[in-house]
Amino acid sequence: MAEYRGVMVHAEVAEGKLAAIAAELLGCGRKLADDLGDQLSAVLVGSGVSGLAREAFACGADKVYAVDDASLADYQTDAWVAVMEKAVNQAMPQILLMGQTSIGRDLAPRLAFRLGTAATMDCIDLAIDPDSKRLQRTKPVYGGNALAVFTSELDPQIATVRTKAMTPLEPDTSRNGEVVTMAIDLDLSAVRTRVIEKVKQEVEGISLEAANVVISGGRGIGSAEGFWQLEELADMLKGAVGASRPPCDNGWVPDVVQIGLTGKIVAPDLYLAVALSGSSQHMAGCSGCKNIVAINKDPEANIFRVARFGVVGDWKKVLPAFKEKVRELLAE
Amino acid sequence: MNIIVCVKQVIDPEAPPSSFKVDEAGKKVVPPAGVPPVISPFDENAVEAALRIKDAQGGKITVLSMGINLLREVVKKPLSMGADELVLLEDEAFTGGDSWSNARALAAAIRRIGEYDLILCGRQAADWDDGQVGSGIAEILGLPGVTLARKIEVSDDRARVERVTADGYEVIEVALPALITVSNELGEARYPTIKGIMAAKKIEPIVWKPADIGLEPAEIGVAGRKISLERLYQPVHEGKCEFVAGESPEEAGANLALKLREQKLL
Repeated sequence: MAEYRGVMVHAEVAEGKLAAIAAELLGCGRKLADDLGDQLSAVLVGSGVSGLAREAFACGADKVYAVDDASLADYQTDAWVAVMEKAVNQAMPQILLMGQTSIGRDLAPRLAFRLGTAATMDCIDLAIDPDSKRLQRTKPVYGGNALAVFTSELDPQIATVRTKAMTPLEPDTSRNGEVVTMAIDLDLSAVRTRVIEKVKQEVEGISLEAANVVISGGRGIGSAEGFWQLEELADMLKGAVGASRPPCDNGWVPDVVQIGLTGKIVAPDLYLAVALSGSSQHMAGCSGCKNIVAINKDPEANIFRVARFGVVGDWKKVLPAFKEKVRELLAE
Repeated sequence: MNIIVCVKQVIDPEAPPSSFKVDEAGKKVVPPAGVPPVISPFDENAVEAALRIKDAQGGKITVLSMGINLLREVVKKPLSMGADELVLLEDEAFTGGDSWSNARALAAAIRRIGEYDLILCGRQAADWDDGQVGSGIAEILGLPGVTLARKIEVSDDRARVERVTADGYEVIEVALPALITVSNELGEARYPTIKGIMAAKKIEPIVWKPADIGLEPAEIGVAGRKISLERLYQPVHEGKCEFVAGESPEEAGANLALKLREQKLL
């Protein structure tokens, strides 16, 4: 029976380039492949994606499988599961990595069940056990209150990886490799969904993922108007505004600015948490930040267990004064 | 319209993090004293999604849950909200499972329930945060699936689903029967009404054991796992918060800005 060897990455494409998560996965995959003494391959699935093979090589891949077809312009479960099943059967990877993104959260479980193997979702660390050579997958559980380490005897070993958990390699444009073009081979009538439209909820200014400063508000902000103060401060500091879940659920801010376990993952230099209790589910979205600063009227709030600096007080009084002083300091 | 909603009883995810304790040797979480378990929050959103469809066009909602020590006041909450029937897979053999064991058992129960147009699940459970069982059930039953729904509209033979994406949402059409997982963006789950609570009191849950759904113990629970849990532990919290004070909240705010400037963070 043929053996499963090597590491394969599903490399997501965004706006005509490799998505940041793809580069992160290739950086992680490169290390795993090197530990195993095996090859790293990337799978590009979409429409007009073949040209991105060069980027994948620069990011560490040895081989690229490209499935390029107009019918693959939009992600759909049945299409991607069929394509990835074919890629896995052809390449026989021992490890398959995907991003913990809206695609990965959908694709990985369905593909794992299709293949009869087992996936671990939202991994923040992956390592090869030196004795068994099996993949050890570490992921947060119970909202981030605990960490679990999983392994499986079944190949391919599938894991989705949290965004910003892994580091991309320095791109090396001198790297090259083999491109394998895979025919789509898909019976389109077997795709049981139809994408009717895509709607963007625009947020002005710097994106949360790119911002060096993030000002986040929690339930204590109390209203949409309350968030305007955070927006003014973010503008001053060239940052972005985020929120925990309650402000999004209450409609004070758009859902797309939710930071947390099922929202955005951010890693700014400075994270200011205002009137935000700091639940584990929320902290999952910003725990990568070394400089968490909190303003909260509850001295027992969980946020103070993870913050570097804090003020215990009513944000409605603390924040305006903070802003004024920031304005002064920036004017100097 | 027959809808099945899968719900899971979990340790309350809103319990304070300071009350959270892991038994590392036993590889399990110690339920915090005095904090009752709850329905996993995204599963409540799934119940709400079902109720909105029932409000719009009628139908029957069957709630399905699995485990042991299922508190009736917890698993009956969806009935108090307006669901019609409750099926429980209640047996030690069902416990300790991973996505495979759990999906197998729930899929088998759904087959025995028999008639359905739509299956709804929460996008992930608040204990293991795995997010696989819904898709697993769909694959085992050979159904199309749509995940991360923020809105579901149903007509006779299809559903129109708004699916959460990183920068907004996409609109997906899927033929029924289908399985859809639900996210919090759908909206807050309604509170039980007094009338609902009284009605729920009269509804006896249907309780099934593995043999009732044609499964061997080896296929479910701990025995049916494909993934091994090697280790469960709590991350160590290092670091201490430096509190910045002032004579007044305003002064503290100004001092905080000065402190951050001094630390070169501003």
